[in-house]
Amino acid sequence: MNKVGIIGYGCYVPMYRITPEEIAKIWGEDASKIKSSLNIQRKSVPAIDEDSATMAVEASKNAIQMAQIDPQNIGAVYVGSESHPYAVKPTASILAEAIGATPNLTAADLEFACKAGTAGIQMCMGLVSSNMVSIGLAVGSDTSQGRPNDALEYTAGAGAAAFLIGKHNILAEIEATFSYTTDTPDFWRRQGAEFPSHGGRFTGEPAYFKHVLYATQGLLEKFGYSAKDFDYFVFHQPNGRFPLEAAKKLGIDEKKVLSGLVTPLIGNTYSASSLLGLCAVLDQAKAGERILLTSFGSGAGSDSFAIQLTPQLEEARKKVKKNFAFYEKRQVFLDYGLYVKHRRKLKSL
Amino acid sequence: MREVAIVGVGMTKFGEEWNRGFRDLILEAGSKALEDAHLEGKEIDAIYCGTMAPGPLIGQEHAAALVADWMGLNPVPSVRVEAACASGGVALRQGYLAVASGLYDCVAVGGVEKMTDVPGPDVISTLGGAGDEEWELSFGATFPSIYALMARRHMIEYKTTEEQMAAVAVKNHKHGAKNKYAQFQKEITLQTVLSSKVVASPLKVFDCSPVTDGAAVVILMPLEKAKKFCEQPIQIVASAQASDTLALHDRKSLSEIYATKVAAKKAFEQAKLSPKDIDVAEVHDCFTIAEIMAIEDIGFFKKGEGGKATEDGLTALGGQIPINTSGGLKACGHPVGATGIKQAIEIVWQLRGEANSRQVKDAKVGLTHNVGGSGATCVIHILKNPSGD
Repeated sequence: MNKVGIIGYGCYVPMYRITPEEIAKIWGEDASKIKSSLNIQRKSVPAIDEDSATMAVEASKNAIQMAQIDPQNIGAVYVGSESHPYAVKPTASILAEAIGATPNLTAADLEFACKAGTAGIQMCMGLVSSNMVSIGLAVGSDTSQGRPNDALEYTAGAGAAAFLIGKHNILAEIEATFSYTTDTPDFWRRQGAEFPSHGGRFTGEPAYFKHVLYATQGLLEKFGYSAKDFDYFVFHQPNGRFPLEAAKKLGIDEKKVLSGLVTPLIGNTYSASSLLGLCAVLDQAKAGERILLTSFGSGAGSDSFAIQLTPQLEEARKKVKKNFAFYEKRQVFLDYGLYVKHRRKLKSL
Repeated sequence: MREVAIVGVGMTKFGEEWNRGFRDLILEAGSKALEDAHLEGKEIDAIYCGTMAPGPLIGQEHAAALVADWMGLNPVPSVRVEAACASGGVALRQGYLAVASGLYDCVAVGGVEKMTDVPGPDVISTLGGAGDEEWELSFGATFPSIYALMARRHMIEYKTTEEQMAAVAVKNHKHGAKNKYAQFQKEITLQTVLSSKVVASPLKVFDCSPVTDGAAVVILMPLEKAKKFCEQPIQIVASAQASDTLALHDRKSLSEIYATKVAAKKAFEQAKLSPKDIDVAEVHDCFTIAEIMAIEDIGFFKKGEGGKATEDGLTALGGQIPINTSGGLKACGHPVGATGIKQAIEIVWQLRGEANSRQVKDAKVGLTHNVGGSGATCVIHILKNPSGD
């Protein structure tokens, strides 16, 4: 495969937050137990006028600013989400229009629970390396849903991460990718259903861990890497605990996971979850270092990537002030009442 | 009536067996039981299988035919027995009656439930069907709330405490930790139980038995024939069953399970034994209060003293009458239809001296107590190692 990689990346996290204490108070739960069992401090909440499309636009604008490219050169736009504003009518076309990439391009929405964003990256890699397009844009964006009083309510956050994939001025070369997919019904949302359902503990061992571990080990074995070749590991992070457990199972030093562990701070942003972790690592890693990224999407599958950073990264990231730390530091806390309004859970309105 | 003995036992590990289905579970348990009995399968004359709800839980009715088919035992007659959580125990009684009557010389009795294929709320409403649907379930009364009413009444009448109920869970987890077949092989503290989430006050999560997949099978023969086949046949010296009102509100007392008292009385009469002759017992602890009521209603302790007896360690391994050495429904798990058979298997292991680190010393006589619903069905078996005479 021709060299292909990330030529620009951008993230976006809404400014609003809610704490586990605030949610636990409503349901008579012990917040300290929840915080320690899920390793979560707070989660992001979208503003009332934010959705997966607006967040995708924000993140993509940051990526374009970093890459300093003409949006007209983007030949493919893919938006992965499980909260596309429309059931029929693409988010990708809204995004493409908003960033000035229309009309000579292909665009489509993707859905694979929390891993549709990384699926988009793989599709862009194929199109770019085959010279079908010169630059592809892959975005993971979600206003994650969780039923009130479901365990998901403590973690389901909002955010987006955008990646421009190209061949020139690569900041982070994607050396290899490996996927692992099975038909495993651990988490789902039927057409018309407002909130997802899930299989409780079944979402752990036979779903998250099985797929994350197989994909990660598959990448290492197929391409002849060892875990020692990587300086950072970023795993999908449905809560703050699972990625640390996955690292333990793989025999990886916890320190190599912590830089990309963003869910304790902003919650699980579903399609953006592992990708925001990748942004946080790209914001601080050095040229020559290697990152292993493994996403997970329920239903179920994992995409694993070996990413090596180039000397161009440091200069490029100076061009964008709005990095992960910028968004993470903006924190306006909501009480449960306002949160309910923001998430449009007030049914009598 | 002929004397009847258990000549082979086999069970799966109990737990969330996500990679295995109903048929895998019963096949494993059945094969192990045949192997334990040194039989090939062609000796089996009939099958009785206890399973409560394969329809709602896995979409499979006609479960008896599936079991015979999957065990490779066609064309022997196969019968499904359903008595809610007592399905296994009642199936055992049907097998016992069939052999005792002289109709069959070799019967396989199984119990199986595959519960983790459907979401939790579906399991709750399915199990709710063990009560009175029109008067209880349709008004929202699921099983934890029904047993919570009994617990509350027991607390009022006998000053039973939440700590005493919690002591049942602590003791059964301690036993379960010694059982490789148990769903929870982990000890817990009183504080774990007391600080766990309230399900239906005064019952908390750790007062409740879990949702479990599992299967268990025993092979029955006439005692005389059994002695030729195996070294340690375990005789069924009593099999008794009683019924009571389906709805809790129709009972005279909420702090006892009347069907247990009737079945126990009949069983002890049949065996010509009394509660003090029992060395070890498996009782139906679907909730901690259920074990306290059971050990009182069977007659191991005076009414109202079950909580204190548990708190004082009298029902633990090494105590006056070890109760639920398998871990009980609480720690070993409760795959509904399999529970009654698992209870018999645990007692067989105890009476054969094969219970390893949870062995009750010199156990010669054991009792199993299996309850359906909130007590509308109770079935009790007393097992004895005939070589102990």
